[in-house]
Amino acid sequence: MYLLETVVNPVAATGLFQWAWLMIAIPLVVSGLLMVSGKIADAWGHLLATLAVIASFVIGLVLFLDLLGRTEADRAVRVSMWELFSTPTFTFRTDLLVDQLSILFVLLITGVGALIHVYSIGYMAHDERRRRFFAYLNLFIAAMLTLVLADNYLLLFFGWEGVGLASYLLIGFWQHRKSAAVAAKKAFVVNRVGDMGMAMAMFIMLTQLGTVNFAEVNERVSGMSSGMVTLLGLLILVGACGKSAQVPLQSWLLDAMEGPTPVSALIHAATMVTAGVYLVVRSHAVYAQTPTAALVVAIVGTVTLLFGAWIGTSKDDIKKVLAGSTMSQIGYMMLAAGLGPIGTAFAIFHLITHGFFKANMFLGAGSVMHGMDDDVDMRHYGALAKAMPITFATFAMGYLAIIGFPGTAGFFSKDHIIEAAFDKGLWFGLLALLGAGVTAYYMTRLMMMTFFSNKRWREGVHPHESPLVMTIPLMVLAVMSIIAGALMNNWIGGWLATSTGFHPHEMSLFKVTPIGWLTMAVVAVGVVIGWWLHKSDVSDTVPATRNPLVIAGRNDLYGDAFNEAVFMRPGQGLVSGLDSFDRTVVDGAVMGSAGVFGGLSTGLRRLQNGYARSYALTMVAGVLLVAVVLYLGRLA
Amino acid sequence: MNPNYYLVLSVILFTIGVLGFLLRRNAIVAFMSIELMLNATNLAMVNFSHVHGNLDGQVGTLMVMVVAAAEVVVGLAIIVTIFRTRRSASVDDANLLKY
Repeated sequence: MYLLETVVNPVAATGLFQWAWLMIAIPLVVSGLLMVSGKIADAWGHLLATLAVIASFVIGLVLFLDLLGRTEADRAVRVSMWELFSTPTFTFRTDLLVDQLSILFVLLITGVGALIHVYSIGYMAHDERRRRFFAYLNLFIAAMLTLVLADNYLLLFFGWEGVGLASYLLIGFWQHRKSAAVAAKKAFVVNRVGDMGMAMAMFIMLTQLGTVNFAEVNERVSGMSSGMVTLLGLLILVGACGKSAQVPLQSWLLDAMEGPTPVSALIHAATMVTAGVYLVVRSHAVYAQTPTAALVVAIVGTVTLLFGAWIGTSKDDIKKVLAGSTMSQIGYMMLAAGLGPIGTAFAIFHLITHGFFKANMFLGAGSVMHGMDDDVDMRHYGALAKAMPITFATFAMGYLAIIGFPGTAGFFSKDHIIEAAFDKGLWFGLLALLGAGVTAYYMTRLMMMTFFSNKRWREGVHPHESPLVMTIPLMVLAVMSIIAGALMNNWIGGWLATSTGFHPHEMSLFKVTPIGWLTMAVVAVGVVIGWWLHKSDVSDTVPATRNPLVIAGRNDLYGDAFNEAVFMRPGQGLVSGLDSFDRTVVDGAVMGSAGVFGGLSTGLRRLQNGYARSYALTMVAGVLLVAVVLYLGRLA
Repeated sequence: MNPNYYLVLSVILFTIGVLGFLLRRNAIVAFMSIELMLNATNLAMVNFSHVHGNLDGQVGTLMVMVVAAAEVVVGLAIIVTIFRTRRSASVDDANLLKY
């Protein structure tokens, strides 16, 4: 039975694993140090931060090699930490779980993270707040590692909020720009919606299962009623949608591109936005119990993969094209995660290859912007292949990987997902295939507009290649974009089998299935269309169009308009209604009663008229009254 | 003698005192009216003491006399001072302390 196989009981940590917490602690301590140390650290802060991430990477690598040498049953290791707090019913611990799934994430986060740190040394060289930037980056790394290394949902939630905070700080890093400050706030607010789903999912686990520990939840979830388990699956999905910018909580990701480009590469492409996929895969036992929720995950993924690709086709801002592409690729991962046991490992496979090639392309875009005076409009680029040969070459490798050129990383990971989608249902397969074609189109468009076609440079712009400190990370990532797929293709399914409930089957490096041929054909069509439309003269202004598809794409498919109409306006109406209720009814009652007493006392104080004889008369009247009452009382 | 007679006399004296205080404006007369009321009370208490055959009422009477003596000292001093400054002994003229 599938379920019993996947219940993993982690073994206790020994030897090196007892030090796994250092991976989180080092960047966290360095981050705190850089925040408080002031100008002293300006000269070396960025180097220390980079070293911290590299240190975490080395620890992760050592642990990974150790796990490789173990048998399947011993590969999940629980690192016992301390008790967070306990109630008579529940106990919450901060234990870490190093298993096949989390160690892959650790390597991705610290590996890509280290490269991006190196890149940022060059990219942020002229920013006077560079030290703070690196402090935030390290904070992000620490939080993200907490997220993936947690062995229960509560500790995961700590990391979850930590990366949200780091994302907020880094999107709004150039806070003097109003658009950046607003974008940061928007990302934060939209993420709150997802966090609410996440928190409610934990409440359900606590009331129904009495635990938030991964292993225990996986073990006990089969005993839940089907309605509850579906609700749990949907709430986890809400959390995942918020963090991973899936429809309907997608609106923040495009605006998040206001942050510095290394941030977009690290947080909003390679790592943080994939946390939702991680969460869904981590909760695979829940989705195994509820086909409904799993189907919803797959639908959300499919919708998002088309949604993001559509936006990607019609944007001129190079970072926003890549952001739309990120949404779309994460949609693929969600789709794979929602397909159940046949897709979970492919979701992680694509997540890792995507981490490489998307980080590569984002950093490449940063390099282009660096040479073009921070202009992000592709209509001001053109013919940059000669001016920036290294950036071009590395970007081209990322491009080949994302469209799924045979042999590159994306070819393996994405084709597996499309095939799994066809297994699940014809529509999922066809839509995923369509997405692959659109991806090929918009990426070709980006390549043509940026590196080929006619020069449309603004006056005074002299494109130049970036320094080596920026291009070396590009080269490493570019190589990984090409080879990562072939490296992991035959290995990752078996490696992840126990921690994701995946059913490994034969995956050949060279044998191409009929669906694989079909995918290649669709991709080729996309590439040709993209090339044909942008091969020569591209306008340097946005061409007017009456094509409703293009207009919708340029407006982010009206995501913001939808949010404004459905949530913001009614919310404003409700608030102003409550406000006027408060002013008229509540304040009216308070002020009214105060007025009554005021008037009454104004009348009463007239008795205090200053004439001693009238006071005496009052007293006499009072005494008589008391006497009369006493007398009547005796009579009665 | 019937103790009720003393009680009736006490009520008559007290009523005269009350009416005198309410109707006359002269501060000295008002003062005397107060003394009259106090003494009417004293009379009643001494009478009660006699009726009940114990000394409680007489003790109360002594207390009232002491308080009355002290009150006369303070009250006359106030009346004299007001008269000096305002040239009037009418209680209705001393009406500044009001709302």
